[in-house]
Amino acid sequence: MSEQHAQLAAEGPETGPTATAGSGPAPSRLREAGVAAAMYLACIIVALFASALIVWATGGSWQAVFSALLDGSLRAPGRWGETIGIAIPLVVVALGTAINGRAGVVNIGQEGQVMMGTAFATYVGVNMGGPGPIVVICLLIVGALAGAMWAGIASWLLYWRRVPEVLTTLLLITVASQATGYALKVDWLLLAPFRADRSVRNQVSDQLATDTRLPRIDIWGNDFPISSIAVVLMAVIVFLLFKRSVWGFRMRMLGRNARTATRAGVSTVKYGTTAMLISGACAGLAGAMMLSGGDFGNYRFTPGFANNIGWEGLLVALVARSHPVGIVVVAFSFAGLRAGSGFLAATGVEREISQVVLALLVLALLVPPAILFIRERRRALAATRDRT
Amino acid sequence: MGDFFSAIGDVVTNEVTYSGAMRFAALLAFAAIGETIAEKAGTLNISLEGMVLGGAFAGALGMHLTESVTVGLMFASLIGVVVASVQANMSHRLTANQFVVGLALNTLVLGIASFLNTSIQPVSRAAHRFEVPGLSEIPLIGDALFNQPWPLYLVYPMIPAAWWLLYRTRWGLEVRAVGENPQSADVSGIDVNKRRRESIYIAGLTSGLGGGYLVLGQIGRFEDAVVGGQGFIAIAAVIFGGWTMRGVIGGCLLFGTVNSFRLTLPTVGHELNSELLSAAPFVVTIVTVTFFAHRTREPRALAQPFVRGLT
Repeated sequence: MSEQHAQLAAEGPETGPTATAGSGPAPSRLREAGVAAAMYLACIIVALFASALIVWATGGSWQAVFSALLDGSLRAPGRWGETIGIAIPLVVVALGTAINGRAGVVNIGQEGQVMMGTAFATYVGVNMGGPGPIVVICLLIVGALAGAMWAGIASWLLYWRRVPEVLTTLLLITVASQATGYALKVDWLLLAPFRADRSVRNQVSDQLATDTRLPRIDIWGNDFPISSIAVVLMAVIVFLLFKRSVWGFRMRMLGRNARTATRAGVSTVKYGTTAMLISGACAGLAGAMMLSGGDFGNYRFTPGFANNIGWEGLLVALVARSHPVGIVVVAFSFAGLRAGSGFLAATGVEREISQVVLALLVLALLVPPAILFIRERRRALAATRDRT
Repeated sequence: MGDFFSAIGDVVTNEVTYSGAMRFAALLAFAAIGETIAEKAGTLNISLEGMVLGGAFAGALGMHLTESVTVGLMFASLIGVVVASVQANMSHRLTANQFVVGLALNTLVLGIASFLNTSIQPVSRAAHRFEVPGLSEIPLIGDALFNQPWPLYLVYPMIPAAWWLLYRTRWGLEVRAVGENPQSADVSGIDVNKRRRESIYIAGLTSGLGGGYLVLGQIGRFEDAVVGGQGFIAIAAVIFGGWTMRGVIGGCLLFGTVNSFRLTLPTVGHELNSELLSAAPFVVTIVTVTFFAHRTREPRALAQPFVRGLT
């Protein structure tokens, strides 16, 4: 399947807008960049306009909605810290996805891997005991391992029995959600012990102790967990791996053309599995960071904890075309939408509208590169016709 | 363990199991028939879930507006085609990545449907049952096959029709050629991306209808979680069935049965863990595909975009 889905790794010079530049009448680069920027701008405006239309059609005020989204994500005091807090797991998930996208293996089960990562991290965080910092580190490592394990099932089935990984990763999401839901129902796994102050026993885990949480940074009233720094470092590392390492080159070779890669001595199974495991580990780590960071679920694990972060992280990677810098930017804007949707209640418009805006933006962002690509193709074909 | 087998025995001899299995299988079949055609043409159509969901909401809306099940079903298939047209034109006219388009569409449809659902709150109810005289008297499976809400019967003619379309018409031959080897198909004068778009429209039509059936034939009202991943199971059924119509329908029946077991086990008096049971269809899917995947072969150009001149 890996060769089949190489298009998920659609980034890089070969398929990008610059694919065939140089053949045909080469227009100035500046002008090309200007056209591309204008196209992106136009598409984003169309997407926002369409969302405004939906709000308007159902009797809401679109000005109020957009202003609430901006308030909730950036303008109101302390909100951009919240946005950063939400962006952290998105970036981590997306960086992992970028790696398997490079290698031409598909992973669309990040949501499940996030859940497994969080569940295992919760178990370690609550039950391990000992000095706080060590517990935090163990919790993050175990979370990553759990995510890798969950993705590993898919890659194991892929290389053992040729089961399409698209299918397994997808179906394992539901299995993960049910498994963690079960774990939250039994005392000896994750369910918080009964206390007198709670009348109903919900499916909720024990809270992480104060010293086993990630420290938070505070800048002008905006606080966010310290993992943000680690995340930026991770983005840089992934960038360097892609650009400067033999390993990254082999991954890309595998993603582009598995047969060539095999001829050149790159083992499909070895590199494909590695990519999948790293991707799962990133998703699991994202879950562990969500748990210990405090922006999600108040240091407790609940059935709805993952809350589409895995899916959104996957979208971030795809929209950013697996580029680490792009991932950080896109993740921050997606996180902004999510943070902003918290402020929508005051406008009387349902908060699902933020999902609509998000999806429309994703669709809109797909259009410009596609159009540019088609234009390049036409130009290149015309050039070959001229030569012959 | 003996307890487990007696539970299985009780369920297998219970007519309710078969009716339930048929109802689940019908929804899967609606979606999977279209998805088979789309995948034969080379699209792994992740937005199937969104098409079913859009159809479900449109069905409820049509019923709300006109009080008629027929109009509701027409609305449903129309919205299915609308969702399909986005997927088709984005991924096979603009050649954008079909997975991104599909995922974004799923989010978009879910967002719009739940947004409109809270602001309109459509009122709908289930269609009446229609008992086929004579045939419904068959023991065990008679009720399941021939005493169901009438929209379910739409799936029966659709199966042979889809088979005929795919294997006995020129269009079907071209669709299969496009999915196997788009370059050759292109050279022999077939408009590759057009055939792919058309096959996605059909997927939208049938899965939208499936969504309409789900709301108007089975549940009676729309909720956000009404589809809950069944579109994805339909995709699994297509892969399980090895991209043949017979296999796909078999897959739908198998997954429908597993799903129905989950609901019947408690009613015949056996307590089993509910999470375990909910996960069962998915685990069964993975296990069965694990054992059958190597026997089948996917359409060679599945999930590969086609741009002329680019290998």
